[in-house]
Amino acid sequence: MMVTADVRRRLGALMAGVLAVGSLVSCGGGDDGGAAGSDGMSGTLTVFAAASLKDSFQEMAAGFEDRHPGVSVRMSFAGSSDLATQIISGAPADVFAAADEQTMSRVEDEGLAIGTPEVFATNVLTIAVPAGNPANVDSFADLSSRDVATVVCAPQVPCGSAAQELETLTGTQISPVSEESSVTDVLGKVRTGQADAGLVYVTDIAAADGAVDEVPVREAAQLPNRYPIAPLKGGDEELAAVFIDYVIGEEGQRVLSDRGFGEPAG
Amino acid sequence: MSRRSGTAIPRWTFVLAVLGALFILLPLAAMVARVRWSEFGALITSDSSVDALQLSLQTSVTSTVLCVLFGVPMALVLARSRFPGQKVLRALVLLPLVLPPVVGGIALLYTFGRQGLLNSGLEVLGVEIAFSTTAVVLAQTFVALPFLVLSLEGALRSAGGRYEAVASTLGAGPTTVLRRVTLPLVMPGLLSGMVLSFARALGEFGATLTFAGSLQGVTRTLPLEIYLQRETDPDAAVALSLVLVAVAVFVVTLAHRVRDREDRP
Repeated sequence: MMVTADVRRRLGALMAGVLAVGSLVSCGGGDDGGAAGSDGMSGTLTVFAAASLKDSFQEMAAGFEDRHPGVSVRMSFAGSSDLATQIISGAPADVFAAADEQTMSRVEDEGLAIGTPEVFATNVLTIAVPAGNPANVDSFADLSSRDVATVVCAPQVPCGSAAQELETLTGTQISPVSEESSVTDVLGKVRTGQADAGLVYVTDIAAADGAVDEVPVREAAQLPNRYPIAPLKGGDEELAAVFIDYVIGEEGQRVLSDRGFGEPAG
Repeated sequence: MSRRSGTAIPRWTFVLAVLGALFILLPLAAMVARVRWSEFGALITSDSSVDALQLSLQTSVTSTVLCVLFGVPMALVLARSRFPGQKVLRALVLLPLVLPPVVGGIALLYTFGRQGLLNSGLEVLGVEIAFSTTAVVLAQTFVALPFLVLSLEGALRSAGGRYEAVASTLGAGPTTVLRRVTLPLVMPGLLSGMVLSFARALGEFGATLTFAGSLQGVTRTLPLEIYLQRETDPDAAVALSLVLVAVAVFVVTLAHRVRDREDRP
């Protein structure tokens, strides 16, 4: 059994390595050979981040590399849950940024996070409708109508559990036509006009660039999704700490708020 | 040709063949090693699991019937007639074999979707495909049809047209020839094509997720259920994967039996 467990870990690490290399290629980032920058910092920092952070973290990686010329940042974006599973099976990452605290706690429970994860952003749910709002959705209560084809995330994924909480809070019972595995799938169904409405995050609306319209849900502000970030065991702790400071700092916060994220305190 | 006794193939091919076989078998073994047998029964008999398995079997059977309905005539036309552009057409209709399923899903979305090409026609007929079980069947048929066409076309070509020619000189009409001569002759090929189509439909994931959505009992087939369970309950995902592997092994064995019969007429 020891052997199989060991093999399993190695396979996991190998797979994660392949993924990380894949994302490195797709980001177009290159290793500059690790030459130390003017501030003496050098090396490669691997960041695993929730899919919803893709645009803002890519912008931050570029800003961080400008500030620390010796450092190259590579990113792997996927559903938080997937990333947590990869980290637990031995994926070599220095920093993990999750879309909710529950997912981060899975990594903490395995003793793989260093210190207490810090919340660096919040996000709230909102209603996305196809451009022009063909089903005339005005409010969250409208989603309970059988005439409105509504798509949500499945309760198993963070955006789905947030949707359930919002239903409880508002006393609205949605009967969705589909429960998707990720918020991007929900957005896709709305974008193509398959669905009349979908529950997504406000940052998804901003990223859709006008392809969908928004019908805000006032109550959603009471249930913000909190995004924690933490350095990981076995990684480059020093570099990880500097990157996390950057995310929490002025420049990182500006990037996040430009993309529609809320402040950590919210 | 080899001086070594026993076999005519070089010994090093065995090494690579064994590595190749391990590459396929090891992941399966790793998955089986992960199954929690104490909870296996409970995991695969939960409401959502049973709904998913039932939906998968029901839609895969329906898709296979549709594959036979359209695939047999397609194979006949491709194997037994000649017309300009036949080669190009053949390559095009077999495209779903090599297309990533998610691409198939996108194509179906823009054909049968609510804002798709055929939308106004479907609306007149009162047919609502979006997020329905029909959408699942369409996605499965789209990816599975080429398997049936390919198997049957091969069988038709290797069977040749001699018996059919004899039957028609004896006065049998084309439909009688098809029913009494051609189809019985290629039955093993047809059966093996059906089994392959069924297996492909059963495993369909990408096109369904893109085109049909995911709702328990309506569109969430077994592969979609596994994908979702994996988020929170890896044990359930592994248990359900094993069920899918078992069904697949059964189907492949069936296909091999049929193929063996075909080899020994």
